[in-house]
Amino acid sequence: MTLALRNLLSRRDTLTDPEVRRFLSEHGSPIVEGGTVTFLFYGRATAVRLRHFIFALQSSQAFERLGGTELWHLTLEVPLGSRIEYKLEIELDGRTVLVRDPLNPRIAHDPYGANSVCVTPGYAVPAWIQPDAEARPGGSESFSLQSAALGGERHVDVYLPARMRPTRRYPLLVAFDGRDYVHFASMRTVLDNLIHRDEVEPCIVAFCQSPDRMREYAACEEHSRFVGEELLPALEAKYPIREGAANRGLMGASLGAVASLHAAWRFPGRFGRLFLQSGSFAFTDIGRHVKHPVLEPVLDFVNRYREEPSKVAERVYVSCGVYEGLIYENRSLYPILQKTGMEVKFVEARDGHNWENWRDRLRQGLGWLFPGPLNLVYE
Amino acid sequence: MRRIVLLGSQRLQPTLVQAVESVGVTGPIVAITAGWEEREDEIDELRDHLGRRVLNLRLHHRGEEVFEKDPELFRAVRDRRQTLREAHDLYRIRLDRAIQALRDLRTHGGPHALLDPAMLAALDDLRRLDDWHVARMAEIVREWDERWRPSERASLAPHLRAIEAISREAETLAVAGGNVAVLLNRLRLFGIDRTFSRHTVFAWSAGAMTLTERIVVYHDDPPFGRGNPEVLRPGLGFVGGVVALPHWHRRIRTDHVNRVRLWHHRFRPLRCAALDDGSWAVFGDGVLRAVSNGVRTFTEDGRVEDLVP
Repeated sequence: MTLALRNLLSRRDTLTDPEVRRFLSEHGSPIVEGGTVTFLFYGRATAVRLRHFIFALQSSQAFERLGGTELWHLTLEVPLGSRIEYKLEIELDGRTVLVRDPLNPRIAHDPYGANSVCVTPGYAVPAWIQPDAEARPGGSESFSLQSAALGGERHVDVYLPARMRPTRRYPLLVAFDGRDYVHFASMRTVLDNLIHRDEVEPCIVAFCQSPDRMREYAACEEHSRFVGEELLPALEAKYPIREGAANRGLMGASLGAVASLHAAWRFPGRFGRLFLQSGSFAFTDIGRHVKHPVLEPVLDFVNRYREEPSKVAERVYVSCGVYEGLIYENRSLYPILQKTGMEVKFVEARDGHNWENWRDRLRQGLGWLFPGPLNLVYE
Repeated sequence: MRRIVLLGSQRLQPTLVQAVESVGVTGPIVAITAGWEEREDEIDELRDHLGRRVLNLRLHHRGEEVFEKDPELFRAVRDRRQTLREAHDLYRIRLDRAIQALRDLRTHGGPHALLDPAMLAALDDLRRLDDWHVARMAEIVREWDERWRPSERASLAPHLRAIEAISREAETLAVAGGNVAVLLNRLRLFGIDRTFSRHTVFAWSAGAMTLTERIVVYHDDPPFGRGNPEVLRPGLGFVGGVVALPHWHRRIRTDHVNRVRLWHHRFRPLRCAALDDGSWAVFGDGVLRAVSNGVRTFTEDGRVEDLVP
C-alpha cells in the first residue's frame, strides 16, 4: 500500500468526507510510489474492480472499501518503467459499467475508445513524439487503386518526406493499420521529427487501412498478393522509390505484423525490411488450439514457417510488450528469425498491446529499418 | 593575416552577416553549399541574409556532372567510398572495445594507485586508436589521389578552370553545413584548399568541421546503442588546434563530468570548440578566438566553459 494511503487509513475512524475529497484532489489516482501503485475510486458502488490488460495477472481485481466511506482502493506492485492501460468496473444497483478512472486525467486513445493510463517511475513519454518547431513537416497525398486480388478499391495515404527532391529516390515503408498509426501513434509527427534529426533516412510511407483486417491481415494470400503485386507496383509507378529490397519495408502491429511477415514470406527478396510489433504469431507445437478463430490461418502460416524458416528479409525489428499475452509467441519467433541469417533486433517493453507501446518503439524500429546519417549531418 | 571564421548552426539563428560585417570584408562572396547535396542551389535565403552578391560554386552539381562524363572516375570514387566505409566499420569495432574498457575500469573501482595508471593507459590506447584511424583514412585517400590524380583528369579540367575564375572574383568564401562527408569529398575533389588558400573564409556547422585538421562526428543518443564520438577523417586543416563541435547542445550529453572530461582528454592537444547556434569565433595567428557569446570548450576537470585563447 502506498504511504499516502496508509497515512489516510491510519485515521479511518475519524475521517470526514471533506478530508477524503481533499486527499483525492491532492493525490488523484493512481498514487504511484516507486513500484507500489494504489488505484482509488470515490463514489457510490457495491463493488469496484480494476480491469487491466496485463497478461498473467488476474484481469479483474477487486477494490476494497474503506470502512463506511465511499472510498475504494486497490494496491498493486508494478515494476518500475511500466506503462499500463486500465479501466474501472463499477457495480451499482445490479448494473455493471466499465469506465475510465474519473480521478486520472491521463488517458490513451485507440480505435475502440480510450483507457486510463498508469505509469511507474522510469517510464517517460518520448520527446520525439511531440511536434517540433524545428522539424520540417512532410507532405501528404492520397490515391486509390483497384485491387483484383482483394476485389474493390483500396485507399492509400502517402507520407512524403519534407524537401523531397525529384532527382532523388527514397526508401518505401508500407504500414498496415496505417490510419491508426497516424491517429494513435502520431506517426507523421514522429517521421517529421526523426527525419529532421537524421535518425531516420527520408522515406516515403504508404499508410494502408483494411476494411476487414481480421481476415485480410491474418496470413491472407489475397492480401499479400495485393501488397506484392498491386500496391508495390502502383507506389513505384507514382513515387521515386529506390530500387532493391533493402529499400522496401513493411510494418504492422498485432495482425498487421502477421500481414507484414506473410507478405515478405510470400514474396521473398521483395521487402528487405520488416517492423513487426506485438505480432499475433499464433503457433502450436501439438494440436490446433487457437485463442480466436481468426487466428486459424495464422496458425497454419506460423507453424509452417517454424518448420521451414527462411530468410524473407534482410533486417527485422521485432517488439512486444511484456504485459501482452503475445510475448510468448514473439519471444519464440525471435530465435527462429535470427537463425535464418536475418539481422534481427528484438525489444521487449514493460507495456501492453496498445498503440502507445507501438508508438514508443517507432524511433528504434524506424532507425533500424532505415537509419539516417545521424553522425554526418550538421546543417 | 588570413582570417577564418567558424560559426555555429545558422538555420535558426543566422548571424553570418554580423560575422561578415564584424570582420569587415567587402565585395561578393563565393558560397559552397555542397553539403546540402541536391539542394545546393537553394541559396536565396543565404543571399537575402548576406545582402550582397553570392557566387555559388555548385560543387555538388559539378561533381555529378564529372561523374556522368567520367564513369571510370565515378567507379573509382564509389570504390573509395566503400573502402573508407569498411575501414571506418573496423575502427568502430575497436573503438567500442576501447571506450568500454574505460567505462569498465571506471566502474571497477579499487585503489587509486592501481586504477589511475590503468585508466591513463586505457585513455592512451583510445587516443592511439584515433590517431591510427585518422592516419589510415588519410593514407587511403592519399593512395587514391596518387593513383587517380583527379586534378589532372580532362573531366575535371573545365570545372577547375571555372572555379579558379570564380575564386578571382571574390576575396571571401562561405562554406555552409550539411553532410560533412559529402562536403569534404567535394572540397577535396575540386582542390578548394589550394584555390582558396588566401581567401577569408566563413564556415558554419559541417563547413566549420571540414576546415579543421581532424573531423570528429558525434551523437550521444542514437536510436541504438551508445553513441561514441568518432574521428572521421582529417579535414582541410585551415584551422589548427581545435575540434569543431556544432550542434553540440542537441548531440552531446554534458550531464556527467566524466563524459565532458573524456572529450577534453581524448582529443588534446586539440581543444574542443563547442559552437552554440549562431555563435562565432575567428581563427588567426594559430589561435581560435571567440567573438560572440556561445563558443564553449570542455575542460580538463569536466566543465563546459567559454572558450578563451
